[in-house]
Amino acid sequence: MTETPKPQGLLNRYWWVIGIAIAVAIVVVFAPNASSSPDGLEKVAEDGEFAHAGEDARYEWLPDYSIPGIENEDLSTVLSGIVGVGIMVALVGGVAYVLTRVRRMREGDDGSRQVPGAG
Amino acid sequence: MPFLLHAPDGFFSTPVAVALWIVTAVVVGYSANRASRELDERAIPLMGVMAAFIFAGQMFNFAVPGGTSGHLLGGVLAAILLGPWAGTIVMASVIGVQALVFQDGGLLVLGANIFNMGIIGTLGGYAVYRSLVPLLGGLSSGRYPAAAVAAWLSVFVAAVLTAFELAISDTTSLAVALGAMAGWHALIGIGEAVITVAALTFIANSRPDLLRFGQPSAATA
Repeated sequence: MTETPKPQGLLNRYWWVIGIAIAVAIVVVFAPNASSSPDGLEKVAEDGEFAHAGEDARYEWLPDYSIPGIENEDLSTVLSGIVGVGIMVALVGGVAYVLTRVRRMREGDDGSRQVPGAG
Repeated sequence: MPFLLHAPDGFFSTPVAVALWIVTAVVVGYSANRASRELDERAIPLMGVMAAFIFAGQMFNFAVPGGTSGHLLGGVLAAILLGPWAGTIVMASVIGVQALVFQDGGLLVLGANIFNMGIIGTLGGYAVYRSLVPLLGGLSSGRYPAAAVAAWLSVFVAAVLTAFELAISDTTSLAVALGAMAGWHALIGIGEAVITVAALTFIANSRPDLLRFGQPSAATA
């Protein structure tokens, strides 16, 4: 199916699927087991007694990495994390696509500039 | 459970928050410009996957002895893989989505959060990495120690900066903020170094070609 100069295996060609799978695996395996201790800044804020300075969010979508309405905390965390992984891939992939288009426009690319192994 | 990780609105005064929003907007705009000159189509999936990995990694708070926890920042890892400019775009996107969608970090202080966690560590950390690699005998021997030092510094410097911003904002005194932020994040930075080196090792062993965007030779910083 490929005429790339360096034939690559399926796993090599679709490494990004594996990358996304790793991100999802981190969410599924690690996020529910994350330490519930306050993180560095939060700890300092509590000990230094300025935590009260923090204001509540103006609105809530998936607040605190949870999906409102899902009672099971682990499930709620994992699902919201998977949503987040999807958003990141789509958003940053989209931004990267736009940036490469800008470059092509700048170069007045007629499509002849071949990028080996693209896609 | 992951809890809120980033500074909420109110931690930094409005002048500090607005000033850092402006700095962040300028740096992100410049980074987008530079990235658009360096990137080709192969970077599209790599940037998307990198953002997903850093987002997922930031959800996992690891316990730190003494009753606190830390989480990955990821700026040095992103910069080594993608180059500093695309790395900054990835970090700004992750921290932005965390604030907008997950209510992690305030909106007024979003510029400050991106500056502290996504710009200083990414651009500064990459500069440290690049200067250390030749001193440590080149990429073959120097990559991992240089990455470890840069990763640790990215967390430590972010914490020190945050302490100064808190003090300038009159949220707390520098005496309270500086020692505590520096102390805890000296520990948390070790976690950052371990995760950064582990991820680099994995990529270098499975797909070394993916490391090319951030190679010192490829970057034109």
